[in-house]
Amino acid sequence: MSEFLQFLFSGLTVGAVYAMVALGFTIIYNASEVINFAQGEFVMIGGMSSVFLLSAGVPLPLAMLAAVVIAVGIGLALHALAIEPARGASVVTLIIITIGASILLRGLAQVVFDRQFHSLPAFSGDVPITIAGAALLPQTLWVLGGALVIVLALGWFFTRTLTGKAVMATAHNRLAAQLVGVNVRFVLMLSFGLSAGIGAIAGVLVTPITLTSYDVGTMLALKGFAAAILGGLGSAAGAVLGGLLVGIAEAMGAGYVSSEYKDAIAFVIILLVLFFLPRGLLGGKAAERV
Amino acid sequence: MRVPLPSDDWIADPRRGGLALLALVLVVLPIFLPNRFYYDVAIHAGLAAIAVVGLNLLIGYAGQISLGHAGFFGLGAYGSAVLTGTHGWPPLLALLASALVVAVLAFLVGRPILRLRGHYLAMATLGMGLLIFMVITNERTVTGGPDGMAVPALDIFGFSLSGRNKQAWYALVALCLLLAVWLALNLIDSPVGRALRALHGSEVAARVGGVDVAEYKLIIFVISAVYASVAGSLSAHYGGFITPDAVGFLHSIELVTMVVLGGMASTYGAVVGAAVLVALPQFLTAFHDYEQVMLGAILIVCMIFLRRGLLPSAIDLIRARRP
Repeated sequence: MSEFLQFLFSGLTVGAVYAMVALGFTIIYNASEVINFAQGEFVMIGGMSSVFLLSAGVPLPLAMLAAVVIAVGIGLALHALAIEPARGASVVTLIIITIGASILLRGLAQVVFDRQFHSLPAFSGDVPITIAGAALLPQTLWVLGGALVIVLALGWFFTRTLTGKAVMATAHNRLAAQLVGVNVRFVLMLSFGLSAGIGAIAGVLVTPITLTSYDVGTMLALKGFAAAILGGLGSAAGAVLGGLLVGIAEAMGAGYVSSEYKDAIAFVIILLVLFFLPRGLLGGKAAERV
Repeated sequence: MRVPLPSDDWIADPRRGGLALLALVLVVLPIFLPNRFYYDVAIHAGLAAIAVVGLNLLIGYAGQISLGHAGFFGLGAYGSAVLTGTHGWPPLLALLASALVVAVLAFLVGRPILRLRGHYLAMATLGMGLLIFMVITNERTVTGGPDGMAVPALDIFGFSLSGRNKQAWYALVALCLLLAVWLALNLIDSPVGRALRALHGSEVAARVGGVDVAEYKLIIFVISAVYASVAGSLSAHYGGFITPDAVGFLHSIELVTMVVLGGMASTYGAVVGAAVLVALPQFLTAFHDYEQVMLGAILIVCMIFLRRGLLPSAIDLIRARRP
């Protein structure tokens, strides 16, 4: 039982990160129908920037804040320099562009930072809390709490503010939104900035537990995408649910089956969902099939 | 005054003029290769070009993306390495057996995967590539794991071709590349090719026109996988050593970049893209650390400003200059 609980804790922790990546996918996809393959890089940038700012002598809270600001800046630049100029391009073209952005950011991180694994100090110590024989790291609570705050804040933003409603309107029907006076360009920009910020926060929160390096982004993107389609692409609640489920499935698979192949689980989930449950659990837009 | 070429059509026909031109370039090129280093670059470019010509069939002609083609390349490479090195098979037989296994695998995987489109297909192929990478890295007893494994020299009908014999390897790779291009061009001009172009234009229209969309996509997926596998087998023998890097995500992206850079739906463009992308880092060693940055930038810039790629754009430019 304590073993199961232990796997559940670690599954929830990584699951919360996948959920935040999946939320990033969802926000950009809803606003622009672009799947941003560079989504995982924002998590990497958040983690790596705060590590290097910290080692440059910046206090931790300030370093984390700066890391998120840097990621948001890169997200906005990605939109302005790579997505906006290719407006109206085919899906394959946009995929190649965001893949290009992902490789570019990886390459830059490798040059600006380095190729080592890095960690951050845990925010409130490393003394585990014992629950029914399973150890729970305090940092796990930070990750889960951070994810919860983000979900609540996004819920409030999308349903209670005018800007948020403009984003929702654009997601439903871009032309109609434009006709009633929504600045669609601004909405697109906002969604890139927002999802970069969320990714970076996830990176900052989870780095003390899982470490980070310049190349963690690709795998995170794949798993975040698995989470997004498991929940139903386009559904924010689905992204969160999908993220947690992928995280738990992975932790259980690593614990009970094979830790060497734990990364394969997300891929298997992608295939199973696409073949048997194309709308995902919470019924997003159906996966395009021939 | 410009005398119109009597054989303009002959030259313009990629299957005759183009192939003759490529053969000419391949024959003349060694004159300009001053030493072994340049031979080495040319051989690597040729090997990459074989895989890229195949991938271009899938991306350029059928309009289906694959972010996992290094997986097939790697299976070919490791298949040859394990069968010849560990089990003592003749290299040619090992190459064919690996290609056959890759074809069967691509057929089995392709059937479900190719029903997906766009982002879903991209993610599914990306995942497939990562899965192959994972298996090759983890099964240490067979593949040597992350440390890689040695590969015996290629040996064709009793002639042993070690990687040190650059001239012989150049000739072999040039022949294989010509064969690869010739097969690809014939395929493009066959009913399969016409069906592919139709489904690239509009899948719905192609289906209405009686094209079995799923069937043709699957055929081309299998063919492009076999191209990658053969290129992988040859590379493994040439290099004499392979590591999981050949199977990795970055290598898949390199292959896609070569297609995009040379020009989608241009077989000769694929060769140009491969040659440029292999040669560039060799001569810009000072920028070694910036290799990934360069790959990414090329992908973005090509897709925004040079969507048709180097070769088709250059040909357009020349045509526009002619009265």
